[in-house]
Amino acid sequence: MVKPRTLYEKIWDAHVVERRPDGTCLIYIDRHLVHEVTSPQAFEGLRLAGRKVRRPDLTLAVPDHNLPTTPRRDADGKRISIADPESAQQLAALERNAPEFGVRLIGDADLEQGIVHVVGPEQGFTLPGTTLVCGDSHTSSHGALGALAFGIGTSEVEHVLATQTLLLKQSKTMAVVVDGVLAPGVTPKDVALAICGTIGTAGGTGYVMEYCGSVFRDMSIEGRLTVANMSIEAGARSGLFAPDEKTFAYIKGRPMAPKGADFDAAVAWWKTLVTDEGAVFDKTVVIDAADIVPNVTWGTSPEDVVAVTGVVPDPQSFADPSKQAAAQKSLDYMGLTAGQKMADVAIEHVFIGSCTNSRIEDLRAAASLLKGRHIAAGIKHAMVVPGSGLVKQQAESEGLDRIFLDAGFEWREPGCSACLGMNPDKVPAGERCASTSNRNFMGRQGPGSRTHLVSPEMAAAAAITGRLTDVRELLNNEEGVVA
Amino acid sequence: MDKLTTVDGRAYPFGMKNVDTDIVIPAHWLKTISRNGLGKGAFEVLRKEPGNVFDDPDYAGSPILIAGDNFGCGSSREHAAWALGDLGIKVVIAPSFSDIFSGNAFKNGILTVVLPQDAVDRLLEVAQGINGTPDPIHVDLESQTVTTQFQDRFTFEIDPFRKHCLLGGLDEIGLTLDQGDVIDGYEARQAQDRPWIVPAAVA
Ligand code: SF4
Repeated sequence: MVKPRTLYEKIWDAHVVERRPDGTCLIYIDRHLVHEVTSPQAFEGLRLAGRKVRRPDLTLAVPDHNLPTTPRRDADGKRISIADPESAQQLAALERNAPEFGVRLIGDADLEQGIVHVVGPEQGFTLPGTTLVCGDSHTSSHGALGALAFGIGTSEVEHVLATQTLLLKQSKTMAVVVDGVLAPGVTPKDVALAICGTIGTAGGTGYVMEYCGSVFRDMSIEGRLTVANMSIEAGARSGLFAPDEKTFAYIKGRPMAPKGADFDAAVAWWKTLVTDEGAVFDKTVVIDAADIVPNVTWGTSPEDVVAVTGVVPDPQSFADPSKQAAAQKSLDYMGLTAGQKMADVAIEHVFIGSCTNSRIEDLRAAASLLKGRHIAAGIKHAMVVPGSGLVKQQAESEGLDRIFLDAGFEWREPGCSACLGMNPDKVPAGERCASTSNRNFMGRQGPGSRTHLVSPEMAAAAAITGRLTDVRELLNNEEGVVA
Repeated sequence: MDKLTTVDGRAYPFGMKNVDTDIVIPAHWLKTISRNGLGKGAFEVLRKEPGNVFDDPDYAGSPILIAGDNFGCGSSREHAAWALGDLGIKVVIAPSFSDIFSGNAFKNGILTVVLPQDAVDRLLEVAQGINGTPDPIHVDLESQTVTTQFQDRFTFEIDPFRKHCLLGGLDEIGLTLDQGDVIDGYEARQAQDRPWIVPAAVA
């Protein structure tokens, strides 16, 4: 009898080019996404060594991190030059390198441009059972479709470009099981934050996660993308969802997805990509869906999670002395005091965007709360940055842009934006932002910026009240139904 | 890549836990398109604090960094490894590392040494100096040991392949390219089994 295998083990086994005596494997890479920040030095390395890109057809380049989210072309279609010379230089490097090495580039003015992790699934480039890499840690996102996807560094980018392979050691496996039904107002983002809060940012180190249980089965593909995106915040390079009918329906007809008989053949194989009965995970973490509430972060690590109805924790309440010190440092940085109610924390900025929460369902969710409402007087700046040009177009066709604009938000061009503040979209020092992104690290959204990670619904709620707010209060006040 | 066999010298007694790569090198340094010159940005935020170890003349140019648990977590930016390399660091010692960081470090010829917390605590003491001035630490990759002049001797594990590459200063891409045939073989099988793997051509 064949040994029962987990989903991860099946994908791994299908990609072993060669197994070395020490257990290291040369793993074939089916998909490579390239963006402008982590690729210039890799292409530079190829050029210096006189090497080529082995499989340009399996490689796709998209700029996202540096692009301004203000218009990029003037009325005549001429590029509006990027003020920051270094951003312009990275963009120019990608625009030079992609054609030189025969790699397809979705450029800054293309409708399909967006954050790589939004573009991959949207274009049908991301497929179940493939190995997918990108020089960006949130590559874990693509696991939502059942791709073994993980972030790599620039040397590995160069290695994949040159050889279409990576030398890897097999990871341990962790099942993250959430069964039950999520309560109203509780979103996939809250599930992701709950996982980070439960296992900690190092909890998944060395593991590939598989998301199991009814909550994940019931979740939409976009919700799964949000959860898989944050696998890395819980320490796991990859997080997998077994592909199912929802996945196949999502992929079918996308521009780069298999067509016709090829699609049917692919689906037949994808259906085998489930963890076998009796397969053993190295670790299992169980969370009850009923225990998950709308969450916010209070500190400077994604594991610093608390219910929005809760209070800022007392650093002394942590068992580990180093965590106590870290918590105190976080509170000082965040300008919060122990015991303060999260729902009393006033905010000045709202950012709806990033590869965690910038897809159409996220925008619909936020817009449903903002409809007929306005941002509070204390909000200095609120903005929506759609994940791609196609998301933006879809939202506009549904009239969501009007809802955001009428509510006092800015409606921007797609890109990473204030998620990491490489472009001009930054949160000023000492000011506080309710953000739908994935990292609340010190200085992440700009030097001295203070970030509270929340769901799109909670970001909208915070914009309306000017403070961190339990979205359920607004749901109850609503005459209509807000789904 | 330079060969790494033994590393001898002072060590930055850093020890901070959960240092993410934003702390090692803030995002605005990611705008470079070259690998060199990032040492200036290493630990930029911490270096604004007076008395930080990175600007302590006693430690200038130290080839070893002693860090805390979960060093290099967060963003996968390889700039973190480049920045440490540009600072002159050849070895980082910590109780644990993020997977991505230790991979990046290795690819840039930096050795990451995992030792238990009590050993790391002891090395922090030595790095600070048993008698006031910083004492050197000796790392020997061949024998997989970290030693001090005070009879401390800690052994560490390392993946044999990584060890081989570091000792020989071998370029990983060149090594893999030498195996072109095996990769050709895999691609031929894949073209049969999963022909749909090539993305549909886009007009
Ligand atoms: S949106 Fe943020 S997390 Fe996502 S790829 Fe861009 S910078 Fe990284």
